[in-house]
Amino acid sequence: MHNTGDVKVPIGPQHPALKEPESFLLTLRGEKITAASVKIGYNHRGIEKACEGRTYIQDLYLIERICGICSHSHSTAFAQAVEEIAGIEIPARAKYIRTIVAELERVHSHLLWLGVAGHEIGFDTLLMYTWRDREVVMDILAQLTGNRVNYGMNTIGGVRRDIKAEQIPQVLKGVDTLEERTKYYIKIAGEEPTLINRLSKVGMLSYEDAIRMGAVGPTARASGVQRDVRKDDPYAAYADIDFKVITHNTCDVYGRTIVRVLELMESFQIIRQLLAKLPEGPISVRAPRKIPVGEAVSRYEAPRGEDLHYVRANGTDKPDRVKVRAPTLANVQAVALMLEDRYLADMPIVVAAIDPCFSCTDRLVSINYVDHNSKNTFEWEKIHRDSIEWYKKRGIDFAKLNKTF
Amino acid sequence: MIWPGAMIRQLLSSLTKKPATVNYPADKSGMPKGFRGKLKFDASKCIGCKMCMKDCPTGAIVIRQVGEKKFEADLDLGKCIYCGQCVDSCLKKALGLTSEFELAQLDPKKLKITLTDGPSIAGNKESSGE
Repeated sequence: MHNTGDVKVPIGPQHPALKEPESFLLTLRGEKITAASVKIGYNHRGIEKACEGRTYIQDLYLIERICGICSHSHSTAFAQAVEEIAGIEIPARAKYIRTIVAELERVHSHLLWLGVAGHEIGFDTLLMYTWRDREVVMDILAQLTGNRVNYGMNTIGGVRRDIKAEQIPQVLKGVDTLEERTKYYIKIAGEEPTLINRLSKVGMLSYEDAIRMGAVGPTARASGVQRDVRKDDPYAAYADIDFKVITHNTCDVYGRTIVRVLELMESFQIIRQLLAKLPEGPISVRAPRKIPVGEAVSRYEAPRGEDLHYVRANGTDKPDRVKVRAPTLANVQAVALMLEDRYLADMPIVVAAIDPCFSCTDRLVSINYVDHNSKNTFEWEKIHRDSIEWYKKRGIDFAKLNKTF
Repeated sequence: MIWPGAMIRQLLSSLTKKPATVNYPADKSGMPKGFRGKLKFDASKCIGCKMCMKDCPTGAIVIRQVGEKKFEADLDLGKCIYCGQCVDSCLKKALGLTSEFELAQLDPKKLKITLTDGPSIAGNKESSGE
């Protein structure tokens, strides 16, 4: 046996360690990753284009389905942009209800992440318990909105469902249960060596790199970057609420875990403040079906980081252009940096630590040819052949596996 | 030296507790009030304005005129995303939501149903679950 040098290992697009198709090309020397590159574009669903062919009301439900976990984030960001173009000021009660659902969504997303992270490091006990507790928040969401996922709470000009007075004690009771459980997880995160030793110094992203790579959300905050749209550019009801931006300075996956569990505690107290202050009044205003000419960019702090929506209206009832920048797109390039100089076995947890949602991220497939810069239409078979060549140049031969083409 | 197993107390105490899961097919208490399930249609209120058809994100509902001032709604349960927008769009409150959620079918043809008169749902008795 002799080691002749670097080995290239493609992880994905289809790989058991990945929940969605995405391609990571790792260069290994022994067990160490010396270089990593991320290639996205395997999950393009054409949602932006589909939005152009539907009315604003229909788009809300399509946009909501960009992501199953942060569905309220996307629909709120889209509704905010459209409301800005149309010059609609939504009622205060609608803003509060949007924010309550947003924070409940953050709670469910962070608990889900904690479970997934536990699973990726082989700590399935944590997965089972966090997901059991997550059911409490899912039930609250189902009660308030009428569904466990894709809440359908937003409409252009406000929200669709009111929070009734008799629902508030149930929500508060659920929040109390979850707070108690979260305190337990914070204690576990501080005591359990399975977590501490496995996650410390894994997936390092320095403060400078986090800024340079444009990281967002808990990924950036775990590198000490004070970046939170809720504080930087308050939308909905966040301007009235007192809360802290949680940061951590270990710059590793352990830091990202701590940021998320501490953010859960912040979310609980935000929900309590919102429910205590919930103003009376209507929950929506009438919005025109035709949105006047204009454009708007809307920012929203989704559980995974900043979500950005751009909408351009042309005076009809359908948008001219919709652009979505999901938080994963901002974070995914930092993954290549986090993987370098680490072991191959750390790859699943480093990728999972940004809480990736690849299908939310993928917007287009861009094919650049070295031979000619003009972009033509390509036959599917040609794209397939070229992808095989692309890998062949990097030392991976698929020819034996692909007999049909 | 810290030892692993910080959750061991939790694990041991769970041994004596009931499972956290619901015994689903037997226990159907899962869905809360206000759940967005299968649609119901009150034909006597429908004026045939077709606002529901216009706003439906997936084109799951089709309103057909079957007589003078008499309408029927064709609903494709496979296309319906249960957002309830048609219920909001309906000017005369002819459409409503039920908490029925067991709508899966082995035969795709059975997903296409016709909602006729009455508060309860006709047309798809096999999946009515009651």
